[in-house]
Amino acid sequence: MTQEYQDGNALAGPLAELFAVDVTAATGRCVSCGDTRRVADLRVYGHALGWVARCPSCEHVMLRLVRAPDAAWIDLQGTLSLRVPLPPA
Amino acid sequence: MGIVSPGFRRRRRDDDVQLPPGQYLTEDFPVLSAGPTPNIPLDRWEFVIASETGQEYRWTWDELQELPAEEPTVDIHCVTKWSKLGTSWRGVSLDLLMEDVETTADYALAHSYGGYTTNLPLEDLLDGKAWIVYEYEGSELAPQHGGPARLLVPHLYFWKSAKWVRGLQLQEFDELGFWESVGYHDYGDPWREQRYAGD
Repeated sequence: MTQEYQDGNALAGPLAELFAVDVTAATGRCVSCGDTRRVADLRVYGHALGWVARCPSCEHVMLRLVRAPDAAWIDLQGTLSLRVPLPPA
Repeated sequence: MGIVSPGFRRRRRDDDVQLPPGQYLTEDFPVLSAGPTPNIPLDRWEFVIASETGQEYRWTWDELQELPAEEPTVDIHCVTKWSKLGTSWRGVSLDLLMEDVETTADYALAHSYGGYTTNLPLEDLLDGKAWIVYEYEGSELAPQHGGPARLLVPHLYFWKSAKWVRGLQLQEFDELGFWESVGYHDYGDPWREQRYAGD
């Protein structure tokens, strides 16, 4: 049986189109259970109409991404904050 | 041997059938899911229609099974561009479930076990256009395809046919559902190719 979900590294390609930094290396806090996880460690359901990334602890939706031919929609209302590692300023 | 073999059957090809614009024909039944497949014990399953005044109409699994069933055979069209023709289902018409529901609502938000939602005008669920189905091609509906029961609204893109359906919230305003709130079309008519917001 096909694996239901992939890990968050599956988001690296589609997110690279929108953001200058590698968002999969960022750490997100789940709005539902408060757990912090690297985006790369989220559970990504990509066999759908878009990418749906869920918290591995409570399965709450932390990120949704839809790619239309001429636009993309991203929803982060399930992510309380995103810590993006950056080189020292 | 005669010119016409009695065993001959004309096979339906892509160019024999009219598909909505941008769709291709598939014989498979692809599984698209936005989350884990919920496990819903039938003794705890229920379907609830909640009106805009807060009144609730409930059916247990056994009560649903006791209602007169219909067996629609319909074409289905997924917004990811596959279409599947002549799919056969068994379930209960929404007309029957809505028969005693008092409402003046114009919209419905379908809710599923697992948290999925999708929005539709209420009139698109009535007049023989929608069912709560629990069998597919003569067998019980498999969990990956929305079992034990799913909404079937075949005249709209298939994301509107919510898997694992557990109820309808009737309301006077249009509240966007799971995919409609991140760019998919509010209505989703495959014949007008309403895939994304603004199409």
